[in-house]
Amino acid sequence: MVKDPFERTAIFGAGLLMTAFFVAIVIGAFGLGIRVPTCVTDIPPFDQPAVVEVAPGQYVVNVVAQMWLFNPREIRIPAGSTVTFNLTSKDVQHGFKILNTNVNMMAVPGVVNRAQARFDQPGEYLIVCHEYCGLGHHAMSAKVIVEPRTAEGPSLPTPRAMASALACWAR
Amino acid sequence: MGALAMPESEKRLIRWHLYIAYIAIAVGIFFGLLQALSRAKLLPPMPWYDYYQGLTFHGVLNALVWTTFNIVALLTVAVRASLGRPLYSLALGWTGFGLMTVGVAAAGYAILTRQANVLYTFYPPLMAHPAFYLGATLLIVGSWVSGANLILTYVAWRRENPGQRTPLMAFGSIVVFVLWYIATLGVAIEVLFLLLPWSLGLVKQTNPMLARTLFWYFGHPLVYFWLLPAYVVWYTMVPRLAGGKLYSDPMARLAFLMLLIFSTPIGVHHQYTDPAIGQEWKLLHAFGTFLVTIPSLLTAFNLMASLEYAGRQRGGRGWIDWIFRLPWDEPAFAGATLSMIAFVFGGISGIVNASYNVNLVVHNTSWVPGHLHLTVGTAVTLTFMAMATWLVPYLTGRALWSRKVALANMYLWFIGVLIFAVGMMRGGLEGEPRRTNLGFSPYLLPEWMPFLIMAAVGGALMFIAGVLFLLNMAMTLWFSRQPARVEVPMAEALHTAADAPIAFERWRVWLAVAAVLIVISYTPVLTQVLQTSPFSAYGFLPSNPAPIR
Ligand code: HEM
Ligand SMILES: [Cu+2]
Ligand SMILES: [Cu+2]
Repeated sequence: MVKDPFERTAIFGAGLLMTAFFVAIVIGAFGLGIRVPTCVTDIPPFDQPAVVEVAPGQYVVNVVAQMWLFNPREIRIPAGSTVTFNLTSKDVQHGFKILNTNVNMMAVPGVVNRAQARFDQPGEYLIVCHEYCGLGHHAMSAKVIVEPRTAEGPSLPTPRAMASALACWAR
Repeated sequence: MGALAMPESEKRLIRWHLYIAYIAIAVGIFFGLLQALSRAKLLPPMPWYDYYQGLTFHGVLNALVWTTFNIVALLTVAVRASLGRPLYSLALGWTGFGLMTVGVAAAGYAILTRQANVLYTFYPPLMAHPAFYLGATLLIVGSWVSGANLILTYVAWRRENPGQRTPLMAFGSIVVFVLWYIATLGVAIEVLFLLLPWSLGLVKQTNPMLARTLFWYFGHPLVYFWLLPAYVVWYTMVPRLAGGKLYSDPMARLAFLMLLIFSTPIGVHHQYTDPAIGQEWKLLHAFGTFLVTIPSLLTAFNLMASLEYAGRQRGGRGWIDWIFRLPWDEPAFAGATLSMIAFVFGGISGIVNASYNVNLVVHNTSWVPGHLHLTVGTAVTLTFMAMATWLVPYLTGRALWSRKVALANMYLWFIGVLIFAVGMMRGGLEGEPRRTNLGFSPYLLPEWMPFLIMAAVGGALMFIAGVLFLLNMAMTLWFSRQPARVEVPMAEALHTAADAPIAFERWRVWLAVAAVLIVISYTPVLTQVLQTSPFSAYGFLPSNPAPIR
């Protein structure tokens, strides 16, 4: 069918371009470890949203989104920590985006979402709800406060906190 | 050629579709303006204005009503003109129109009375009045009836003309409606089996993850339902309006068929950040999304080649001279071609959205509305506006009221949306959330302000352009006295349909391929969702954090 050389170039060129793009994101995902959220079910204890240090420099935060706040509202951790966020919703759907990181998740009632980020730069990271959740949606936010690490000396300099979700595991 | 001329009875049917579309966009862009202003702190609190009620109107009226009524109108004219045969049934056409209109009225009532502040995606467990879900159902069922009328017209033509190649205009239009039947299956199941019984109180709890997944099974091909009618225009009308020919007819058919089979099995690219769906399936849907961009790249090539051919026919030579030879002062040509240019940016930003982990940067930020105003909000909308400059005269027999106003409409909208989209997209990269009344938000960051203002300025220009459009159409309908001499612009092709493989006309085969791809891509996703997500969510009103038990 494709007798015309220009048409043939266009078809193969388009295919090649998209293949290259796809290869790039696969390298990003598996080489650099930049992953999207994945499926995790019913991780207790969401009745007690909390920041828990599970190992030195390793934190787990259970976040419950509800109309129109996040619980906890402030997450304090020292610089250089790796934080796993488990997220669910008590009522309607919400969003959870931590600015200047790759953490971006939906909070859906009945299921748990999970993502991980490393925070090297001290400062405040705004968390916004980016899914419409009713009347007070635009007032719904929280913060990660990364405190400078004083005792142990300077933390590793990484320009941006990197997020990566853990592998998918069923219940 | 008596059969070619459209009788008044059919024209009246089409005109009524346009009336509803124009009322819808009039209200829709009014709320669009308020949103853009309110986000930039340029609007005081006003008791009658509820941002999320307005945003629900905006999404429903623009993205669902303005588009669907225009699509039915334009494609009915396209099918009829290219097949040169009367519609299968006028009664069926009016039935479809009636159902859609009653649906819009029912949903409109629910939104107007603030009983459906749930936005046009109506994610549960936010709950709307049953009239909202019923209205959505009727809108879809009505579009099925109107689509059936076109498909039956085509089947009758096929029986009368065995062995002939389907004219490209009809070919593309049939693809649009076949795609629409496949796509709406998802939302029909969602609304009829999950949301309607639940909002009526027949069941108390529902499954938000399942609803999301069914919605996005529909939601992605939905965007192609909007876009493909613009492709039909760009392929089959614009080359004629430009004074040239379509470069390659077979390649256009290839693009339509690829879009038909690849645009449904990829809906999970809207759910990269969702729980309950595994990364491996998200990546598979990302791969499918990249496949579906290929026909759009082919379209870009084919259309550019067609425009270049037209420019050279008009005496253009060299690398760029031909561009200036094109009829940029013809509103229909200019509007449609500016739409294509906007779609270049829309398409590129779409590839960013589709790119799996890169999506983490932009998901649900104002980048996304920035992107979608380049696509459905301009590539599609401005194409419809441009086509109205000949379609309304064609349907009424009255000449366009003002060509100058039409030109101002096209160029102003284009400039407006570029400013608007840059504001929204840059703001999105800085973390501005979408669907959010930021002007009233306690956490509004000062570094967002320049981008919010930019979006407000661009939005205001788009609004003025929209008012010019509505003014021009109203004046043409009511006051224009000059008779119009207009034909449906139908382009010939340089590389004709004769080169297209005969397999391109085997609809059953393509439907089967589409079905197989959907089963492959959605079986694992639905299995995971059903295994992990319970039917445990009670409904909530948007104004109240207490569940409806
Ligand atoms: C005067 C022209 C317009 C202006 C100023 C405008 C403005 C806006 C703004 C500011 C938003 C973002 C609201 C938010 O996320 O908080 C938005 C959303 C949206 N607009 Fe427009 N818009 C216009 C025309 C259109 C047209 C013509 C269409 C489609 C045909 C359209 C479709 C949409 C859709 C689908 C959304 C997303 C709604 C949602 O998130 O629920 N808009 N618009
Ligand atoms: Cu929210
Ligand atoms: Cu999509």
